[in-house]
Amino acid sequence: MNIPKDLKYAKTHEWVRVEGDTAVIGLTDHAQHELTDIVYVELPAVGTDVEADKECAVVESVKAASDIYASVSGEVVATNNELSNAPELVNDDPYGKGWLFKVKMRDPGELNELLSPNDYAHHIGA
Amino acid sequence: MPSTVTLRRTPLYSAHLEWGAKMVSFAGWEMPAQYSSIIEEHTAVRERVGLFDISHMGEVLVAGPNAERVLNHLLTNDVSTIGVGQAQYTLMCNERGGVIDDLIVYRVEPSVYLMVVNAANIETDFAWMNAHANASAVFENESDNTAALALQGPNSVRLLADVAARVPHFHVARLDVFGHECWIARTGYTGEDGFEILCDTGDAVELWNALLSRGRELGIRPCGLGARDTLRLEMCYPLNGSDMTAETTPIEAGLVRFVAFDKADFIGRDALLTQKEKGVARKLAAFKMVGTSPPPRSHYAIVAGARKIGEVTSGTQSPTLSVGIGMGYVETAVAQPGAKIEIEVRGKSYPAVIEQKPLLKRKS
Repeated sequence: MNIPKDLKYAKTHEWVRVEGDTAVIGLTDHAQHELTDIVYVELPAVGTDVEADKECAVVESVKAASDIYASVSGEVVATNNELSNAPELVNDDPYGKGWLFKVKMRDPGELNELLSPNDYAHHIGA
Repeated sequence: MPSTVTLRRTPLYSAHLEWGAKMVSFAGWEMPAQYSSIIEEHTAVRERVGLFDISHMGEVLVAGPNAERVLNHLLTNDVSTIGVGQAQYTLMCNERGGVIDDLIVYRVEPSVYLMVVNAANIETDFAWMNAHANASAVFENESDNTAALALQGPNSVRLLADVAARVPHFHVARLDVFGHECWIARTGYTGEDGFEILCDTGDAVELWNALLSRGRELGIRPCGLGARDTLRLEMCYPLNGSDMTAETTPIEAGLVRFVAFDKADFIGRDALLTQKEKGVARKLAAFKMVGTSPPPRSHYAIVAGARKIGEVTSGTQSPTLSVGIGMGYVETAVAQPGAKIEIEVRGKSYPAVIEQKPLLKRKS
C-alpha cells in the first residue's frame, strides 16, 4: 500500500495535506483499494462549515456507499469538480488527481490528533 | 451478522483466497464478493468469459412415478412440457401466490428431476416440498454433496466446445468435463451464453483450476457475487428475497409467462388467477437513472409527483450502460415504459425513467 510520508492520516482512511492554513483531504490508497470501482462522489458545497470527525461527503463504489469524515474543522474552500465526471480518479490517483476537498482550518491544533504515516500503516496492518 | 453464526464455506474457499478474493457473508455462506474489481469481472463476462462459484446454491432431486404430478402441484410452470435433458425456469408459491422461491428444474430422467434452488431457502424449500407434496415421491437434498460452477460469457462455448455442441440452450446432460462426470446445463444468471456445472464436492477444485487455466487464452476471470448481481440486474432477472418475497407474486413481478394456468391445480393458482384477471395494484418495474446520480440501492424511495409510489428492491451502477439502474414495485398506473420517476437518495431526488425489461438490450 502506498502511504506517502508527507501526509497525515485519519483512522477513517482520509489523508490530509497541509498547505498553509488549508487542509487538502482525500481518500487513502488502502481505502480506494478496499472500495474499488468508485462510481460516484458527493462532496460538500464550497462555503459549508465542516466539523472534525463528522461525515461530510460520500464515496460510492458499485457495491456500497461510504461516508467520508472531515479530518479537521473549518470552511470548505474548494472541491474537486473533476470527480463529478471522473469519480474513478479516486481509484487511479488517490493522492493526486483524486483529491476530494479543501478546508480552511479553524484550529490547526486538530492536526495533532491525526496519525503519522507509520501509525496509519500500523492501523491498517500494513 | 452476529459472530456466533458460523458461515458455511464451499469446497473452493481456499481457491478464492489464493485468487485474492474479498469474502462476504451471503445467505449464511462465506462467498467471494470480488477478486479484482466488479466492473472488470462484469466486463469479462459480457465480452469474454467468467467463472463463478455457485456452490452455495441448493440441489434437490425428486424421483418416482409421481414426480411430475407432485412438481406440477408445487411449482407454477408446467414440468410436463419439458423432455428429458431439458430445463425450465419456475416458481414455488404459497397459497396466497407469494413467492417462496424461484428455481430451475432439470428433467434428468423420465421420472427424475433436479431442482437448483436459492442458497437462503434450501431447508425451507425442502421442508415445504415434503409437507405439500400431493402424492408420494422421493425428495433428496443433495446440496451438501454437490458443488456448482457457472461458466458464463461468449467465450464459454469455445472453452467447452464439445459440450456446447451436445447441450443446446436450456438443456442439461451428464457429461465428462476434464475427467469429472458432471451435470452440465446450458443455463445461467447473466444474460450471456454459458454453462452451469454441477459436480461432486470433491471434484470442484480440479474443475475450477482446469477451467481457469484452459480459459486463460480466452480471457477468463474468476468472478464474484458482486459481478453476478450487476450482470443479472442488467437483464432484470429477479433476485429472490429482494425483488420477490412471500409478500409478492409472480404476476406482480412480471413473470406470468412462467405460470401455467392451463395445467391441473397447483398451490397459489386461485390467488394468481384472480390477479391475472383483475389486474394488480403494483408491478416490478425496471428503471434507469437520467444522467449522473448516485447508484440507486435497495430501500430507496421511488417518487412520482412528489408522492412516494414505491421502493427500490435492487439497484446498482450498470457497468455496461455506465448509468444507475434498478428495479422496484411501483403503482401499476406508473409502471409504464417512458414514465418519469425520481429516486430519493439521502434526501435529494434524482430523475429516472421506467424502461422496458431487460435494461440491457441484446444484439439479437
